Amino acid sequence: MTVFDKIKNLDRRWIFLFILISVIIPLLIPLNLKLNTSKPVEDIYSYMNSLPEGSVILMSFDYSPSTEIELNPAAIAIVRHAFQKKLKVVALALWPMGASMSQNVLTPLAKEYNKEYGKDYVNLGYKAGGSVLLISMNNGFATEFPTDINGTAVTDLPLMNQVKDYKSCALVVSLSAGVPGMKEYVQIVATRFGSKVAAACTAVSAPEMYTFLNSGQLLGLMGGLKGAAEYEKMIDYNGDARKGMDAQSVVHLVIVLFILFSNVVYFVDEYRKKTAE
Amino acid sequence: MRREIPMAITTLTGLIMIIVFFVPRWEDWSDIFLKWFTVIAGFALVLGAGSLLLVNLNKISRKASGWGYNVVLIIGLLATAGSGIIQGIGPGTMFDFIFVYFFTPLSATMFSLLAFYIASAAFRAFKAKSLEAGLLLVTAFIVMLGRVPIGEMMWNALPFAQSIPLTEIIEKWIMGCFNTAGQRAIMLGASIGIISVSLKILLGIERSYLGGGD
Repeated sequence: MTVFDKIKNLDRRWIFLFILISVIIPLLIPLNLKLNTSKPVEDIYSYMNSLPEGSVILMSFDYSPSTEIELNPAAIAIVRHAFQKKLKVVALALWPMGASMSQNVLTPLAKEYNKEYGKDYVNLGYKAGGSVLLISMNNGFATEFPTDINGTAVTDLPLMNQVKDYKSCALVVSLSAGVPGMKEYVQIVATRFGSKVAAACTAVSAPEMYTFLNSGQLLGLMGGLKGAAEYEKMIDYNGDARKGMDAQSVVHLVIVLFILFSNVVYFVDEYRKKTAE
Repeated sequence: MRREIPMAITTLTGLIMIIVFFVPRWEDWSDIFLKWFTVIAGFALVLGAGSLLLVNLNKISRKASGWGYNVVLIIGLLATAGSGIIQGIGPGTMFDFIFVYFFTPLSATMFSLLAFYIASAAFRAFKAKSLEAGLLLVTAFIVMLGRVPIGEMMWNALPFAQSIPLTEIIEKWIMGCFNTAGQRAIMLGASIGIISVSLKILLGIERSYLGGGD
């Protein structure tokens, strides 16, 4: 077996080891690489900044723990910005696990910013139905969510007397890891009901959303951990996303180097085969 | 009648939903159906749990290959659902403990494994065997590196970087032009497919949703 054959049939555990090292080292020894912001993220930040005090943001937590690492930093950055700007937050979930995700984000931040439940923020919890639920909600949030996540009647929550339907919300943010999620919000809430919709999604699903971004149906987009890191930078907060950017940088570089290396081996091997003939 | 009645319900409901979408006067009908749907969707969760139990119990009773995993799954399902029903799901409950210390790290671990498999698969499969594959490879390099700070740093070291910012190449050209064109083509194709399948369901031609392999 030649050296080329050995490289071609490289045990994948070596690749796993390289990836592991390139994740761990930058997390332990930060590189503090400079991060630039992009327009889709800047657009969300600027719009949030332009909102008057007391405006309501509807946040939909449409993800589960598997994508928590990518989407929680985005959720935290938006809620943090909203609380700093004295905006009100109403949370709901189209995914069963999303209700717990929203509680984990809202409860500590509300404590940090001294926000009162029911007055400054409300968590409506999860409801089944996906896109059908989004259509029904246009007739009034209270009809679809008569109680909040704790079982309290929404009529007993002062904020929910102010928030009746999508028109009461200055911005709808979908934190989405799949279906139902941001696509349904764009198609129904933005396009059909005319609300402003922004999205934060996993990096892998971001390219699909550019079609809605370019058509103006989507106000802005935070794609993956990078999008969240950009938002953290804009609100001057050093959260998990910014800390994770160094590791992601090195891993991307290592994967690119692996691909380059495998292509070099491939072409050299092809050349050797041709010359041998 | 086991097939005819569900088909009649599907056709009637579908037609009503299409008609009321274009006739604002009958919008209330749509609201009634949407409410029904929300209630039925809730029951689908119960149906899903029931189906999961049946499938796994069946595998255990047959002692099928890997039946031990089915036992773990059923214990997990019953322990989680039982603790939630008995004690509630608030902070400090057993349900919360299971969710925070079992479900969350296990789910995150499963998803994180993707990074390792993607790296391994890319090493083996991502070869510039043709012009198209080469173009895809170069684009992937630009996007992969351009999306992280280290790529921006490397690009800025190039002499022409100031005249062509990397974000412009990625946001405007690759994502905004080529990617959007491709995505729209896929979406339009899929939408036409959905319309076609919906019509077939409404007309009773497509019946696979009823089960039974017909």
